[in-house]
Amino acid sequence: MSESMSVHPEVVTTHDVHHDEHGGGHHKETFISKYIFSMDHKTIGKQFLITGIIWAIVGGLFSVLFRLQLGYPDQSFPILETFFGHWAKGGQIQPEFYYALVTMHGTVLVFFVLTAGLSGTFANILIPLQIGARDMASPMLNMLSYWFFFLASVIMMSSLFIQTGPAAGGWTIYPPLSALGQASQGSKLGMDLWLVSMAMFIVSSLLGGLNYISTILNMRTKGMSMTRMPLTIWAMFFTAVLGVLSFPVLLSGAILLLFDRNLGTSFFLSDIVVNGEVLPNEGGSAILFQHLFWFLGHPEVYIILLPAMGMVSEIMSVNSRKPIFGYMAMLGSLFAIAILAFLVWAHHMFVTGLNPFLGSIFVLLTLLIAVPSAIKVFNWLTTLWRGNIRFTPAMLFAIGFVSLFISGGLTGIFLGNSTIDIHLHDTMFVVAHFHIVMGVASFFGMFAGVYHWFPKMFGRYLNSTLGYIHFWVTMVGAYLIFWPMHYEGLAGMPRRYLDKSGWVSFNQFGDLDKMITVVSIIVFAVQLMFVFNFFYSIFKGRKVTTQNPWGANTLEWTTPIRPGHGNWVGEIPEVHRWPYDYGKDGRDFIPQTEPIGANESKH
Amino acid sequence: MDIVTEQRKKLHPHKFTLWVAIASILMMFAGLTSAFIVKSNQANWQGVKEMPKFFWYSTVAILLSSLAIQMALRAFQQREMGRYRSLIATTLVLGVLFIVFQWLGFGELWNQQITFKGAGGGQFLYVIFGLHALHVLGGIVALIVMFIKAFFGKTKTYSSVPVEVAATYWHFVDGLWIYLLVFFLIIG
Repeated sequence: MSESMSVHPEVVTTHDVHHDEHGGGHHKETFISKYIFSMDHKTIGKQFLITGIIWAIVGGLFSVLFRLQLGYPDQSFPILETFFGHWAKGGQIQPEFYYALVTMHGTVLVFFVLTAGLSGTFANILIPLQIGARDMASPMLNMLSYWFFFLASVIMMSSLFIQTGPAAGGWTIYPPLSALGQASQGSKLGMDLWLVSMAMFIVSSLLGGLNYISTILNMRTKGMSMTRMPLTIWAMFFTAVLGVLSFPVLLSGAILLLFDRNLGTSFFLSDIVVNGEVLPNEGGSAILFQHLFWFLGHPEVYIILLPAMGMVSEIMSVNSRKPIFGYMAMLGSLFAIAILAFLVWAHHMFVTGLNPFLGSIFVLLTLLIAVPSAIKVFNWLTTLWRGNIRFTPAMLFAIGFVSLFISGGLTGIFLGNSTIDIHLHDTMFVVAHFHIVMGVASFFGMFAGVYHWFPKMFGRYLNSTLGYIHFWVTMVGAYLIFWPMHYEGLAGMPRRYLDKSGWVSFNQFGDLDKMITVVSIIVFAVQLMFVFNFFYSIFKGRKVTTQNPWGANTLEWTTPIRPGHGNWVGEIPEVHRWPYDYGKDGRDFIPQTEPIGANESKH
Repeated sequence: MDIVTEQRKKLHPHKFTLWVAIASILMMFAGLTSAFIVKSNQANWQGVKEMPKFFWYSTVAILLSSLAIQMALRAFQQREMGRYRSLIATTLVLGVLFIVFQWLGFGELWNQQITFKGAGGGQFLYVIFGLHALHVLGGIVALIVMFIKAFFGKTKTYSSVPVEVAATYWHFVDGLWIYLLVFFLIIG
């Protein structure tokens, strides 16, 4: 190793690698190398973001469609037949269509929006900028990561347009339903496309994750010790570790499922009769798939949530003009959550015949997550406490995140108990729980991030008025949509059902379901308004005129307003302090690049 | 030199990335082998009684190739390019030989009436050994690139990092094969 060092000086001096190459800006970029096959982490981040936005519109629209069915099961909407033909015969959503919509809504939002769109975007944009690196450890792998995601997107999108429709066995694709083509329309070609697309997606997120980890550990600028990193970076780090260790297990499950579907093996199949036909498959275990799936599936929840937590911590500190409360506790709780994420997967399987003793261990480990979660909530609230709060749209979304995380987290304690779960599993209560705590909360973190870092991404601001409307409608709407679902679930109303009007006991919820549907249409419309704001502001937004518009300490605000590839003109700045010196020694903020003064107090 | 720059000197980012990738690949095989263990404890389990002899030949091939790539790396570091070229070529040939032996091994198993029907040790073997072979193929692609560079490359490269990365990966798939073989011999 040492010999290679001496002959290849580039390796040691990551600090100013490519300095000459990028500082002068003489290196020519064509349209293709700058915007399409770009290796610049900032462009790749924007590619992830915009692809994610497109997917979010698709996934959100799906939820509006199936909400129409749930709110107005007897109503006919002729316009649906115009658009979807036999999928909505007579203007009514057909059962196969409904299950396809629910499945694709889950798949798209969990993986394509809140995994790729969220950590793909912000890990790419923020990691090199906030740790002081010219680019990722391997820009090439980083570019491949986006293009594998693009390929996965194309395959998944194409599955929407084939004759038998997309996968329709739920986003968890449990066999035997997903393994047997004759079991349903959605288990035919659509399911194969789903599996292939997800395999591409996994490759993409592994390539991305590898890069994030090695960039954070190897490419930090001088003085940026691990405990001087902003919490965003810590969150992205744990997210990447979770992804790198859990996605391969989903891949192994998907490969076994592909074998079962196409090559006649029986890993997950045994003793099945479909339409009176006895299948030859013997010896498989459907529960085995659930173990493989949830070993990813549970860490996946934190893959979605941790980046939002990190960004909220950063944005909250900047806009309270106060140091984050309990930096080390924040870091420790992120670590604890990352470890526990791998030890709780069977709480998704309490009613599969899991050994009750084993179940009790998983109950204990699940409830333990409440400890780091509560530490984080406490620290966010104490960061706000007596702060000099600036209610920017980003800050509002960050505060909204904390609210949602508390209300959604509390219902997690109900569901984490194996006894209560017997009553609540697969009811609307579960839907309410995970939409609030992981869906909407992570979306709020993502919105906070977009509003806060938009000036860095595009050199312009998002329109604040539209931002405030966006926040309040989404905030109120989210609670109006999901809060009532708790009551439905407690009453035993099942999730995933097409039409519940057959149950007299659920008739009392008819009007409630109508209300939820109306609100979700309004909330969806407001999201479209945000999308308009986003694209309008890229070109016509108010221009950023100062380097550091929010008065923040972190390194990304020391770059030019529109940084080129390589981020800093000249040397990368050196770091002398942690990123949270706000309101210290009578000063509003002290950037990380400023050396410690002679008479400075300790933080 | 402060701690940060010191730390950077320890490991090249590409090598570090490779180690994380190895951890990730290991997780996939851990998932599959745990599934295997769980299934093998259930009723009506059918294991592989007789390991095809070709898997022994392939073991020899991959062990020798590991030795060859290590010698190639040393030759590169000592700038003995002629030796490096022939050793890289040897590794490549042994790698391809490994894949061929695996293929013949699968054929032998198939002739023992162990096909894709069912969910026993044989079916797991096809999946697990097959995925391992895919990872070896990935290594072969990397070796072909290095081979082309070594024989036809116009620019002189002095950094041994790419060779080191390839060698580490190659040792990894070698070690993984030994682990999988032992796993199947004991539990299968």
